[in-house]
Amino acid sequence: MSGGASPAGVAPRASRSGSRPRWSEFAVESLIRVLGFSTVGFVVLIFAFLLREGLPVFFKLPAAALLGELWYPTFGSFGSLPLILGSALVTLLAVLIALPLGVATAVFVREVAPRWAREILKPLIEVLAGIPSVVLGFFGMTTVAPLVRQWLGAPTGLTVFTGALVLAYMSLPTIISVAEDALDAVPRSYRDAGLAMGATHWQTTWRVVVPAGRSGVIIAGMLGMGRAIGETMAVMMVTGNAARLPIDPAALFRPVRTMTATIAAEMGEVARGSLHYHALFGIGIVLFVLTFLINLAAARAIFRRRRKGGLR
Amino acid sequence: MNARLAVQRLGFLLLGLAALVVVVPILVVVAGIVVRGIGAVSWEFLSAMPRAGMKEGGILPAIVGTLLLTLGTAVVAVPVGVGGAVYLSEYARDTAFTRAIRLAMVNLAGIPSIVYGLFGLGMFVLFLRFGTSILAGSLTLAIMTLPVVISTTEEALRAVPTEFRTVSASLGGTRWQGIRKVVLPQALPGIITGVILGLLRAAGETAPILFTVAAFYLPRLPHSPLDQTMALPYHLYVISTQVPGMPAEVQNGTAFVLLALVLLLNFVAAWIRSHFRRRRPW
Repeated sequence: MSGGASPAGVAPRASRSGSRPRWSEFAVESLIRVLGFSTVGFVVLIFAFLLREGLPVFFKLPAAALLGELWYPTFGSFGSLPLILGSALVTLLAVLIALPLGVATAVFVREVAPRWAREILKPLIEVLAGIPSVVLGFFGMTTVAPLVRQWLGAPTGLTVFTGALVLAYMSLPTIISVAEDALDAVPRSYRDAGLAMGATHWQTTWRVVVPAGRSGVIIAGMLGMGRAIGETMAVMMVTGNAARLPIDPAALFRPVRTMTATIAAEMGEVARGSLHYHALFGIGIVLFVLTFLINLAAARAIFRRRRKGGLR
Repeated sequence: MNARLAVQRLGFLLLGLAALVVVVPILVVVAGIVVRGIGAVSWEFLSAMPRAGMKEGGILPAIVGTLLLTLGTAVVAVPVGVGGAVYLSEYARDTAFTRAIRLAMVNLAGIPSIVYGLFGLGMFVLFLRFGTSILAGSLTLAIMTLPVVISTTEEALRAVPTEFRTVSASLGGTRWQGIRKVVLPQALPGIITGVILGLLRAAGETAPILFTVAAFYLPRLPHSPLDQTMALPYHLYVISTQVPGMPAEVQNGTAFVLLALVLLLNFVAAWIRSHFRRRRPW
């Protein structure tokens, strides 16, 4: 979302009345307009198809059954509470790990690090953003999980904690880049004023620059959360996939199952048109709405910060 | 005074430590996958069909499948994405509709990959009756890739100075001529970078192809866009979780090939970006 004035206004209007009407040109420009609108069309299409395949479950089963504590599709029990709590737990823990790490890294890269350090750090973070989810899941399964098992003496290394750890690293690139943008938007005069008052570089960074960019930090947390909640493959491979209620504190070190992993694991074996099939699409609707709301809120916050104009 | 400087040193140290905690695991993951996997890669591994329930032989159909899917994604996502970006950068005014487009892009970028998989299953596989096929998978991946292609292309287009457009117009060019002959060529390196970044994400995705293309074990190459195919990311998932007794060598080799493919594309994109940024005339 790059803001600022569109150069469209500057483009020539008069020249169009030039020689002869160009039908080919008219056709191309109409096509471009249609392509411009296509993204809106796709969002609507996606939601429409999710509703088409998923709504039946909401009519066939009462809300109480859908929010029950037992996800046991073979016996017709579609209580999604364990899945929702599972997703929530893994996501929150991941953001709790990733947000401070990511923001601190962004502050380091933007405000403190010498040029050479920055030129090593930034490409590495880009590499992380490019590593496919299955590859991270594979690494988590074969390397991180055994370590977790050893350290904790747990019966299995495939736990909420392992999942959150892997997810935290997957959402770090998003968090770092948003936080960097926020710091970038803090005017130079803030830093100059801090230093001129006799504050040290650290005091200026910590008490002036970071607080001035805090709305960006909140946005970074939201987008990181949106990313974490929708992650599928890595989470499925490292959380152990047991659909049970994670309520006691020890649940952190037990297997759990998320909404995304449930869809991915079960859709392949389900009869089309069955209640189970509709229920999985129903989870899809919940995920779509959740991420839609998170992104909407983040987009609004970004827009508000731009308009406020105090920064930038 | 000294105390303040000590605090400063401590603070910076902590920030630096945080950066290390972020970066070191990245190095460990990449190095770990490379060190463990590179030994398993041989010419046979890259060029042979899998045998004996995927436990022996190579991963050729998975490599070919991923390349075909990436190509299919590009065929759809590049024209639609570049067109959409041209609209946003060159034609759109700041209206409610333009804002709706931007909002749609943000949301499209945030939709979980598995939800794209559900959508592809509902629309392409079942409703349009493409079946589980390369066609259905490519379309699904293309829609997922659109936001990346559009936003990077738009950024590249906006970076072209306004003067280029004004001069083209002053020479009697129409708006479209200015875009096609001046703005797009100038923005090309940036567009290519964006397209590669989008495609490498598509190449590494598993969730959207689970129910739209991916074949569990299909030791032959696809013949038409309506065929199923194996694909590298799905293959890695299958052999590391679904097949008991799979030799670690095959798993590590597959992970290495997938990571190498994606990182290679990443470096190409980074190279194009820095190479042309230095050489551009403005």
